[in-house]
Amino acid sequence: MLSTRQLSAAAVVDRCLDEIAQRDSTINAFITVMGDEARDAAREADAEIAAGRYRGPLHGVPISIKDLFDVRGTSTTAASRVRQNHRADADAPTIARLRASGAIIVGKTNLHEFALGTTNEESAFGPVRHPLDPGRSPGGSSGGSAASVVAGMAFASLGTDTGGSIRIPSAVCGLVGLKPAFRDITTRGCVPLSSSLDHVGPICRSVADARLLYDVLSDAGPRNNSGPAGDRTVKGMRLGVMRDYFTALLDSQVATAFESTCARLSHAGVILEDVSIDHAADIAPVYLHIALSEAAAFHAKALESRGEDYTPAVRQRLEMGRYILAEDYVRALRGRDVLRQEVIAAIEGKDALLLPTVPVPATRLGATTVKVGTGEESVRNITLRLTQLFNITGHPAITIPCGRTLEGLPIGAQLVGPRTNTRALLDVAGVLEPYLGPGVSR
Amino acid sequence: MTIKTWLDVSSQDAERRGLPAVKPLLEALARATATLRTADWNFDATGEFDAPALTAAAEAD
Repeated sequence: MLSTRQLSAAAVVDRCLDEIAQRDSTINAFITVMGDEARDAAREADAEIAAGRYRGPLHGVPISIKDLFDVRGTSTTAASRVRQNHRADADAPTIARLRASGAIIVGKTNLHEFALGTTNEESAFGPVRHPLDPGRSPGGSSGGSAASVVAGMAFASLGTDTGGSIRIPSAVCGLVGLKPAFRDITTRGCVPLSSSLDHVGPICRSVADARLLYDVLSDAGPRNNSGPAGDRTVKGMRLGVMRDYFTALLDSQVATAFESTCARLSHAGVILEDVSIDHAADIAPVYLHIALSEAAAFHAKALESRGEDYTPAVRQRLEMGRYILAEDYVRALRGRDVLRQEVIAAIEGKDALLLPTVPVPATRLGATTVKVGTGEESVRNITLRLTQLFNITGHPAITIPCGRTLEGLPIGAQLVGPRTNTRALLDVAGVLEPYLGPGVSR
Repeated sequence: MTIKTWLDVSSQDAERRGLPAVKPLLEALARATATLRTADWNFDATGEFDAPALTAAAEAD
């Protein structure tokens, strides 16, 4: 509609900025709103399109950016007082690519401080609230990003995912979130959390939107045929359904939604085969030792000089990482190789793996534990449980809405593609998306 | 270093640095480290333990 001038970029951007003005005092999705710059860019986009210089499907489209990425002339806060004096002199490469595609940056979004958490409650700028229920967290760490998209404050958002930080908020907000294969999208110009686990990707409303953004952001650039999966059809597609560890600890409504999803896919002709990962019990220990060691190395100097400027819980987790022994970090790297081999074996001969994204719906703000079955689980551990494996192994993974709880809270299903082949995953996800269930916009 | 020794030394150091709130986190970390150290895929210099072989794909980064 922008390309045919049925709708102007200025009108679209104004709508997003109005939404921010009206609702963000409650939701707190944004740390920096770039209203004047966005309006200027929208006018420029409209002029270019009118002059026949249409750049493509993102031209004139408003995008929000997790406040871990350098955006020229703004502070990259990482939601921390530690970086209150920072100013970015240049755009991160991902931001430059978005700008070159004509996308318009409306602002920088709130997050869990330094992306080290899954609720956004530990932020120097206060917690992000879920647009569908302000008493709940929108998930994290890219919580402001997901909230901004659900609330209509941006068409899509750029996030990061070190243990699930794109997929978790996308799932609990009813959105599509893509963690591409490791190193598909550069992390340069982005504040790291754990250099061997960090991934960059989009949070948006559909698989088609995820593909558009991936094509712009990917180091490989767009492929010639960027449409839906060519001649692929749902009938005869093969999925490995991850069982045992991956379905053993689920909220009852998440379990029901996931099993209904499997039944719908099977009815549509998808061939489902149960798979398991032998060393699934080692996932969390492997993740913890890699993530915290790498994060501690990055933060050690600031912890010494500016320790009081961190939120207490984030500071404590980073300090914990400083005590990990080198020999245990190396053991975790060995565990990573084993888990990677097991995921490669599980996906062999199949189009993708299927599992729930988050075992519980959006959690209440202030809660440190959540009831699952008959037990109480740590919010942090339970929310990371089903996503962190694919940061360890580097496989591409995408969450797609697959249902809602009785209270109307979204539930997500996760598809995992062949290692190093994000486009194959997007092809499969595009075919399966209509069979999964209702999201925010469907 | 045994996990018990590591936990004792680390906890004392956290206390000394004025970070007593880190101590319960270290206890949780110790449990995770114990899982890591007892995993059946660990290398062993004695050669008495056969760790699973890795494929080239898994070894490649």
